[in-house]
Amino acid sequence: MLRKINSLFYVFRQGIANIMHNKLFSLASVATITACLFLFGAFYAIITNFQHMVMNAEKSVSVTVFFHSEYDLCYLNANVEHREDYVHPEGQIPSEVRIEELGREIAAREEVSEVKFTSDEEAWAKFGPEYFGEDYAIGYEDNPLRGENSYEVFLADVSQQDALVNWLYSIPEVRKVNFDESTANTLTGTNLIIAYVSAGIIIVLFAVSIFLISNTVAVGIAVRSQEISIMKYIGATDFLVRSPFVVEGMIIGFIGAGIPLIILFYMYQYAIEYVTLRFPTLSSRLGILTAQEIFHFLTPVCLAIGVGIGFLGSVLSIRKRLRV
Amino acid sequence: MSAKTRIERTYMSKKEEREKQRQEFIEEKGIIYLENVSKTYSAGVAAVSNMNLSIKPGEFVFIVGENGAGKSTLFKLLMRELKATEGGVYVMGQDAGKLRHRQIPKYRRQIGVVFQDFRLLTDRNVYENVAFAQRILEVPTEEIRRNVPTILATVGLAGKYKAKIRELSGGEQQRVALARALINQPAILLADEPTGNLDPQNAWGIMELLEEINAQGTTVVMITHNREIVNSMHKRVIALKKGVIVSDQEEGEYVEED
Repeated sequence: MLRKINSLFYVFRQGIANIMHNKLFSLASVATITACLFLFGAFYAIITNFQHMVMNAEKSVSVTVFFHSEYDLCYLNANVEHREDYVHPEGQIPSEVRIEELGREIAAREEVSEVKFTSDEEAWAKFGPEYFGEDYAIGYEDNPLRGENSYEVFLADVSQQDALVNWLYSIPEVRKVNFDESTANTLTGTNLIIAYVSAGIIIVLFAVSIFLISNTVAVGIAVRSQEISIMKYIGATDFLVRSPFVVEGMIIGFIGAGIPLIILFYMYQYAIEYVTLRFPTLSSRLGILTAQEIFHFLTPVCLAIGVGIGFLGSVLSIRKRLRV
Repeated sequence: MSAKTRIERTYMSKKEEREKQRQEFIEEKGIIYLENVSKTYSAGVAAVSNMNLSIKPGEFVFIVGENGAGKSTLFKLLMRELKATEGGVYVMGQDAGKLRHRQIPKYRRQIGVVFQDFRLLTDRNVYENVAFAQRILEVPTEEIRRNVPTILATVGLAGKYKAKIRELSGGEQQRVALARALINQPAILLADEPTGNLDPQNAWGIMELLEEINAQGTTVVMITHNREIVNSMHKRVIALKKGVIVSDQEEGEYVEED
């Protein structure tokens, strides 16, 4: 056990010694990872905020479902005298119980986040003043929207709007579905573009980081070639020969991840303060995420990516250049 | 008796049996034993051809030969840097050709090596260079602190443990290399031209040291070009030419074969 601990200390000491021996290359690698993860973090902060805003916008996207009623059929077809007995040849007039049941069915769907029922009276009370002003009720003895009971359906995933609309139209009791195709398409498209562009940039940056770390470790291997050859002759295990280089890469990755996190944290806080003070209305409407909300996820991810890049870069270099 | 105890006893008895067989092999065939060994490189060049060789424990053997005679290939075969194309290379009763990759480090610990160019870590002092050989074998620090001064005293460098490598003469550097090779108490010392970079006085100093080491029971195999040293030492001399043993003499001399 003591021997293993000694070996681990040795591996760490050598890993740090490697970094100190190749100060310039190590610095270059740290700087590259710092740059990559700074960009990654900045992208993440911007994208997360943008997605948060898009999500808020998505939450306001809704479709409105209207049902068949004796009244709307009456207006459409003046020949119908006995409105109560009339049933649409393809559609069905739902009872109140059935409307409630349909509401539950709609709410149970995955793409639906919320369902709000609007009775015909509520609809008139809401739209009357909007269209006719305060005196909207003058001239109308009855509610002109009688029978216009509806559900306002909010979506959890805007890209599923088409599927939901199709499903709603397959219900015999549904007369009409109001929806805005362009908003949903724009939001879905924007989300996709953001995701693809950011993924592309981040992949390129990571590839550059791995390449640079791999080169730094390669230089370390070249510098220590004498020591490595002695170790091999004395009978050092693969673990002991290779691990210092892996540790070197991982330490570089860790430092390279820590620096941008600290910089980004302070920059982000400053940016929020600036926007909140200068544009209070805009910031409250946009709903900017707090630094804690961003860094709660970004910190472990950045550190893991940094250490992961370091590990991968050094392993690639070792496999290529260090045959024990 | 519990099942665990039975398994342990079986394992131990098998281990003891293997160790016994290994000792018998060493006594019968030698600590180093080559049986019909050939090594052909990928370009089709035969560096060693059908070589048979047996070195007994405690022997002092010179391997001589001109450039291209196969000395370096033999060195690499013994260190298991290379695998024989044909035949068997046995060191301490172990067939080097049948070793798995992860077994090679343990195999190499049985052989101490010194080189013509010393191969010391110039950024470290004498103590650290010697301690390095134990550190990488996971020897506890306390033990290293005890062993290094002892071995430095053996090679005559007791007072120079703090000295930087660059501050030492060639002879002293080779002594540090010897201390490093011997600190893990290998059964065999493989010296590749250890006097090649030294002036005659230092070269003789190293030879005296090698003789002392050999007298204490370590088998010494020395590859050299130095005719004067070989002829003065009166040890076994194996001469190679074009990958073949052309002479093998007890208390021999460095004779060039035509």
